[in-house]
Amino acid sequence: MEESSSTSNSTSNKGVKVVGFWVSLFSQRVRWGLKLKGIEYEYVEEDINNKSPLLFELNPLYGKVPILVHDGVSFPESRIILEYIDQFWPHNPLMPLDPYHRAQARFWAKFADEKLLDPAWFVLNLEGEDQERAAKIVSVHLEKIEEMIKGKKYFGGNTIGFLDLVLAFIAYILPAWEEVASIKMVDPSKFPGIATWTDNFLNHPVVKTEYFPPKDQTLSYYKCRRHELLPLYKSYGNKIWTYIGTQ
Amino acid sequence: MGDEVKLHGTWFSPFVTRVQIVLKLKGVEYEYVEEDLKNKSPLLLKINPIYEKVPVLIHNGNPIVESLIVIEYIDEAFSGPSILPKDPYERSKARFWTKFLDDKGMPPLWKACWSKGEEREKAKEEALESLKILENEIKGKKFFGGNKIGILDVTADFFAYGIPILEELTKIKLLTEDEFPCLLKWVTNYCNDPFVKEYFPVDDPLAKEYFPPKGPLSASYKVGLHQSPPHKHAFYGAAFLESQNRRPKYISDIPE
Repeated sequence: MEESSSTSNSTSNKGVKVVGFWVSLFSQRVRWGLKLKGIEYEYVEEDINNKSPLLFELNPLYGKVPILVHDGVSFPESRIILEYIDQFWPHNPLMPLDPYHRAQARFWAKFADEKLLDPAWFVLNLEGEDQERAAKIVSVHLEKIEEMIKGKKYFGGNTIGFLDLVLAFIAYILPAWEEVASIKMVDPSKFPGIATWTDNFLNHPVVKTEYFPPKDQTLSYYKCRRHELLPLYKSYGNKIWTYIGTQ
Repeated sequence: MGDEVKLHGTWFSPFVTRVQIVLKLKGVEYEYVEEDLKNKSPLLLKINPIYEKVPVLIHNGNPIVESLIVIEYIDEAFSGPSILPKDPYERSKARFWTKFLDDKGMPPLWKACWSKGEEREKAKEEALESLKILENEIKGKKFFGGNKIGILDVTADFFAYGIPILEELTKIKLLTEDEFPCLLKWVTNYCNDPFVKEYFPVDDPLAKEYFPPKGPLSASYKVGLHQSPPHKHAFYGAAFLESQNRRPKYISDIPE
């Protein structure tokens, strides 16, 4: 799939650059965010398994992607970047407008990254009973997400928003991890609301036109990661559970 | 009109203290409800079913949880001085640094207080790394927020009183004058700020000696435990000793 970002377009809006990794779900949030705002950007690929000095120059504390560079100033952390984008370019708002719903969106975004994504990563990189236990944790937390989407087209309401972008990994990354790890996490019969939202999200007219990591390469990449990490995580033994919390 | 604001918290939680300071900075009147975390009220379980933790802010019946999210909410929902910077870049910077503090700063420090042996050594190393980063950030400024306290100062609240306690009790200096001159200055400035002072009761002469950090901790925590509510420092001091299986000499009841 070809990238639709304008890498050669020198008329990019006030020098907007995204430093990312082709399959990174965090980078993807930022790319969709900019697309929804109609902001053109230059994309710079960074191999996170072979980090360049540039990465640490732009993100000295964490050395991670994505990084938004706007007018020479760099911003790390995908959720913080999305809020910056939303504040700097207020048209087509990503965040809800009233403080209470904004607080809710921030809460669920934090919840998604800590309580869903972390255990799901372990589902990808564990096996046997440990894997099943991690999958159960994912399932329990997904129930809260299912409750939230009831009666809504998007998490943002009638229009796609911040929370849809943060939760997007449920729509395309978790299914990839399910296939690689041979275990179901998002059963459509158990989570019909999420299944419908997945369709709505991936078929959204603007989301569809932005770069999307190719499926086959995504599967190969995570197959490799699982192969590398399985023995490592196994060696951690029970320490894994103090990290993701028991439930 | 007629906003109803309630804050559910515990008197010793730094996550609650930061919200209280922000409410005070913003000039918001609220009702405080003390929660017993060993015996969580049905109300707490109902309003925060996911984390079952404090602080919980309830504004006109709407609950908001997670201290940093609560602080941003207070900033947006109420009029009054800005807690977070208004400029988008500065605002993002503030969010980044508060997240850093809660992800990489607090956990090793908290762990260094309560763990033992190798685990404690490792936690101390991590805490020192984070402190070095903070030292760099505070250079040339009175507060992290500039001339007056901002969200990062309030988020780093525990650093101001937790570190001196840990140092005294472990007899190991973390905040040395050589390595962290600016942070040490910040601790003094922060603790003397009028909005913050209320949460560090210093009406006792022995406690006054301790704050800013110098003078015998043992005296202050002995005294602190007889105050009501118990002096925060006394609580942390006593709880620390308990965790090291050393019972503090002068107290019969350790507050929980």
